[in-house]
Amino acid sequence: MMKVPGGSYESFYRTEADPPVRVAPFRIDELPVTNGEFLSFVEANPRWRRSQAPKLLAEPSYLSHWAGDLDLGDALPEQPVTFVSWFAARAYCESLGKRLPTEAEWELAAAPRKGSAEEDEEVRRRILAFYARPRSQLPRVGSTPANQFGIRDLHGVQWEWVEDWNSTLPTAEGRRTGDRDSGAFCGGAAALAKDAGDYPTFMRFAFRSSLEGRHALHHLGFRCARSER
Amino acid sequence: MRTQALFGIVAAAAWLGATTACNRVDGSREKPAASAPAASAASAAAPAAARIGSTTSPLPEIGDPSKLPVVEAKLGVPPEAAPPTGRTSPARVVVKIEVREKVLELADGTKYTFWTFGGTVPGPMIRVRQGDLVELHLMNHPENAMPHNIDLHAVTGPGGGAASTFTAPGHQTQFTFQALNPGIYVYHCATAPVGMHVANGMYGLIAVEPPGGWPKADEEFYVMQGEVYTKGDYREPGLQPFSMKRAINEDPAYVVFNGRDGALVGERALPASVGDRVRIFIGNGGPNLTSSFHVIGEIFDEVWPEGGTPVVHDVQTTSVPPGGAAIVDFRAEVPGTFILVDHALFRAFNKGAIGMLKVDGAGNKLLYSGQEVDETYLADAAPKAQAARAEAAATGDSVEAKKLRGKAVFMGTCSTCHMLDGKGMEGVFPPLANSDYLMADKERAIKIVLTGLSGAIEVNGKPYNNVMPPLANLTDHEIADVLTYVRNSFGNKGDAVTDEEVAAVRAAIPKDANGGHP
Repeated sequence: MMKVPGGSYESFYRTEADPPVRVAPFRIDELPVTNGEFLSFVEANPRWRRSQAPKLLAEPSYLSHWAGDLDLGDALPEQPVTFVSWFAARAYCESLGKRLPTEAEWELAAAPRKGSAEEDEEVRRRILAFYARPRSQLPRVGSTPANQFGIRDLHGVQWEWVEDWNSTLPTAEGRRTGDRDSGAFCGGAAALAKDAGDYPTFMRFAFRSSLEGRHALHHLGFRCARSER
Repeated sequence: MRTQALFGIVAAAAWLGATTACNRVDGSREKPAASAPAASAASAAAPAAARIGSTTSPLPEIGDPSKLPVVEAKLGVPPEAAPPTGRTSPARVVVKIEVREKVLELADGTKYTFWTFGGTVPGPMIRVRQGDLVELHLMNHPENAMPHNIDLHAVTGPGGGAASTFTAPGHQTQFTFQALNPGIYVYHCATAPVGMHVANGMYGLIAVEPPGGWPKADEEFYVMQGEVYTKGDYREPGLQPFSMKRAINEDPAYVVFNGRDGALVGERALPASVGDRVRIFIGNGGPNLTSSFHVIGEIFDEVWPEGGTPVVHDVQTTSVPPGGAAIVDFRAEVPGTFILVDHALFRAFNKGAIGMLKVDGAGNKLLYSGQEVDETYLADAAPKAQAARAEAAATGDSVEAKKLRGKAVFMGTCSTCHMLDGKGMEGVFPPLANSDYLMADKERAIKIVLTGLSGAIEVNGKPYNNVMPPLANLTDHEIADVLTYVRNSFGNKGDAVTDEEVAAVRAAIPKDANGGHP
């Protein structure tokens, strides 16, 4: 796992009432969790096999890209695992004595080096170019260069679960009970954003706010984190 | 304003229940079943209430919503408009739209990852009727990378449906709204960053027909303007990524109709025929630039500007803002190719804002002559002799001079019906060419021009029964010239008609006779 020094994190969407978040030093996986790793997990934990997982905790598309409960089919062991719900991702990390990173941790780990406007611009450009390509096939993990902390594949491969994805925007609860806050749309989103020109971050936050804990999506995987002891 | 407010009070008193429902925006309107008689009482009491979609008109009456017929919406794939609903009563209309992120051609050799409603840019055209309950299903394809939603400007309710349709990839959502106001409305994705979702192609039109529908048109087309912000310049080849910088600077590489450079050009031109009433539902997805929509060589006979209700006539260029739309109607009178442009011309010339309408059929030289003159222009150096010769020909009393002047009168006045070749139209407009009726009686011909003619006649063995208006506003000189022309053209051979002969016939016409045209 890679070490990330702590720091202060200002949420992308914030109001006057939200102070910046203090983040303690932590460690995070260098790479996203792969199909191969997740297969070992479900072998050891039958209740998270495709046919066994409770529908409340993992929707029907859970691991639907595999051929069977313990059969990867066409999915490669080195590809990041996707079609996993938040509940399943949490269970995986817990089984290894880890946890999902918080949104603040993930954003700190994925941020461009501080003070470099050029790198900032370059990262944004690279992410947008990536979004502009349709992806039906995911690359093997480790296909993108390591960032300042030695972490790979944070941008340009897939989306990733975070522990508190549903705090991105206020909703009544994780399961949808009504319409979401309209601040997420149109002008409302820009009014609250830290940097209305930061389209890649807009897209990440919009994506997170569309989720439910049981969702298992084509382009959504995860990696684990651990607090520094 | 005061008058309006007064109508408001009168109307409100008449249909109390309905107004209460009107103020609710959460879509869960509960309308009293007995509001129908109250509503008609209101329209009788207050003229303002009679206007559809006004602040004082009652909500569209649909009776028991559970008893409405359920119909699947017939969607229009651009450039074809969705067909008219053909309904005279409300229904529950089911609309299903799938969001696809897909690579499409932006120009020859240039590709772009569009985010689409239904796989096309613009998305499918939806058409419903005022009062309909629209049940909208939004499916976000599992392979898509982004969450999406839909904000329809035809919706009265928060976010226009955006909040109710925010959909992660591999999921679907649904909501229902009542189409309260008639008109033509834009719909678009409203997920942050919304400008990018729109610039990537996520827009379309929904038409809400007024109760009687719009006047019938022969051709209905669906065209939307939109900008594309690519990293590379216009027509730079390859798969082009989105440029955030260009988007924020409002400096698109492309301004196009229907999502592609040349989408409506050449073999993809919009087809029509002479005589057609052509209608274009013209929308602007934007996201940034207002379109100055113009069809070169046409005048919009009717425009519903901004998609609203009052009709404006005789419009050259209509302004279509981003997130707005209009309906333009025109009669295709003249054959040929008509160019659709954003009249902000550098967009048309350098960024792709060009389309074509090809009108086939017979030409009418009177409406549009084609090129009549193409000769050397000598300006001051023009030989004076040539001018003198022309003047002599035009002022003399020879048959040739009279024919020359008479032809000008004929083309301007007579050829509309009798046609430029004098052959008329069989059964409708009698021929002047080789005409036994014309040549049989010179005095009768003069009289017909002065007083008109109506009723049954026979010309060259064919019956005619129509009305020709009197043309007594022409001078004796003009009538003498034009009759000399027709009596010595189109296979006719006769003598000249003099000014004096015309004057004599005019003097003999009773004073109360119908005179003057028009």
